[in-house]
Amino acid sequence: MLYRTAGQFKTSYEADHALFPVKQDAWLLGFILVLAFVVFPMTANEFAFKALLTPVLIYALAALGLNILTGYAGQLSLGTGAFMGVGAYACYKLLTIFPELNILIAIGLSGFFSAAVGVAFGLPSLRIKGFYLAIATLAAQFFLVWLFEKWAWLYNYNASGAIQVPTIEMFGVAVAGPNARAIVQYYFVLCVVALVTCFAINITRGRIGRIWKSVRDMDIAAELVGINLMKAKLSAFAVSSYIVGISGALFVFLWRGAAEPNLFDIPLSFRVLFIAIIGGLGSILGNYLGAILIVALPVIIGTLPATFGIPISSSMAEHLNTMIIGGLIIMFLIVEPHGLARFWEIIREKLIMWPFPH
Amino acid sequence: MNVHPDAVEIVAAPDDGLAPGELLMEVKNVSLRFGGVKAITDISFDVKKGEIRAIIGPNGAGKTSMLNVINGFYTPQEGTIVFRGQERRAMKPHHAVRQGIARTFQNVALFKGMSTLDNIMAGRSVMMHRTLFWQMLWHGPALREEIEHREKVEEIIDFLEIQHIRRTPVGKLPYGLQKRVELGRALAMEPSLLLLDEPMAGMNLEEKEDMSRFIIDVNRQRGTTIALIEHDMGVVMDLSDRVVVLDYGKKIADGTPDAVKSNQDVIDAYLGVAH
Repeated sequence: MLYRTAGQFKTSYEADHALFPVKQDAWLLGFILVLAFVVFPMTANEFAFKALLTPVLIYALAALGLNILTGYAGQLSLGTGAFMGVGAYACYKLLTIFPELNILIAIGLSGFFSAAVGVAFGLPSLRIKGFYLAIATLAAQFFLVWLFEKWAWLYNYNASGAIQVPTIEMFGVAVAGPNARAIVQYYFVLCVVALVTCFAINITRGRIGRIWKSVRDMDIAAELVGINLMKAKLSAFAVSSYIVGISGALFVFLWRGAAEPNLFDIPLSFRVLFIAIIGGLGSILGNYLGAILIVALPVIIGTLPATFGIPISSSMAEHLNTMIIGGLIIMFLIVEPHGLARFWEIIREKLIMWPFPH
Repeated sequence: MNVHPDAVEIVAAPDDGLAPGELLMEVKNVSLRFGGVKAITDISFDVKKGEIRAIIGPNGAGKTSMLNVINGFYTPQEGTIVFRGQERRAMKPHHAVRQGIARTFQNVALFKGMSTLDNIMAGRSVMMHRTLFWQMLWHGPALREEIEHREKVEEIIDFLEIQHIRRTPVGKLPYGLQKRVELGRALAMEPSLLLLDEPMAGMNLEEKEDMSRFIIDVNRQRGTTIALIEHDMGVVMDLSDRVVVLDYGKKIADGTPDAVKSNQDVIDAYLGVAH
């Protein structure tokens, strides 16, 4: 009933190409934006910012980057963690060399470094496909993490081998480092993520998105409608790695505050991949749903039994978390390969039709 | 000359500067080998602007290989192809598209996860030029370009009578409609030469009649030159202006449907011959 589309007519192609052909979708998004920009910051405490809100946004951004490559352009990648690392280290070096640089610009620039690295490791995609390409990106994963460890210049030759984020101010307010307030960091991340998501939606629904999807669905036919496969695949690697790179910079500078090389190891890649798969490959919304699930699950498992008076050890909670996520991945691959986003689409279609079954 | 009398009323003639009846493409002594297997041996024929040219022959005669050579998927070892007066040897399929050659496939090669509309829009990718920057912003030049091409695509959708499946993912469509969408995608490229590889394979009579009507309409209204491969002899003889017959990679006949029908070599190739 809420989703009645009767009476919403489109009289121009422009209206038909609008982001929300159904008015209610726009209201729903407005509601979510109000939640994110107004309600959450007013109600959340330090713990909620640090353990839930900020990481959900950062992981969703990383998954969005991966989704452009895997879900839209059909190129499987297992090197997401390392590409996030490239973004983080690039941002760190940029701010070391140019301390006066605005952190927003530094993060934006650091994406270009990961994009370049992504394109370089995307070159094998011109020759190989599917799982073989995944192995090639796995090489990037191992090589880059090794590089983060061995190339002392990257972490300014400090003894710990880790990068430590200093206090960084923007317009007189500390946004990164030990003195930054969680709410400021949340707003910073939220603005960046919202902006990038907006751009990503626009790219994926236009010409370039269609080219990527054509390559994903049938690369031979794509070539025969005049698409240059090399350009299409490498542009997907570039855009994807750019987004992954800035998510890596946010990950370290606006959330973790410090990073060792092994932070970017393969578990991070898998984590982002799981978010993309559970959320839904080939969907923008899915990244958020997947990130909410993956980030919130351990928090829920850690706190919920205690509130019901069931004693649960922290190691038990961790095991439970691993088991549930593993089970979910198997379930999604079998039941709904298009993930949570597809569930929402089904619900939405039913709501539009309701109360009629068809 | 075998040009249709009403071909003057061309709706959207591809701008190739040729008058109907002039040579559009010339295949000169083309030979194609895969290792020791000779797929095509020394074949020459031509296609004239505005005509429907059929390529027929028994299974394994090299018809599809011939199309693959024409649109750049295979590079022939010998011989050349002259298209619109330009000679070429080695090229990639996306170059062929830019020259104005589009094709459909024997077994449908659509983008299964995308809607009908997106599939046909994908056919216009080559003609759209807005860069990543404008695409990111969406409003402004990128949207204007999108709408401009959407209008062209809607003309094709109306023409092929597939308005009702505009938003349906093509993977869910029945076979006959998929073939129609594929034709639409090829038309969206505004080709001056349209290659159809068995456009009626696996169709029932009604679907074949629909498809024949579309092919004739494309040829007459849009003035598109068509080269098609087909096994249904009734369709071939009715539709085409000229027919070239291949057998074991060699050309055995070339001419009007009537001439080909009564050619002894063709009858032998199809019916077999007593040794």
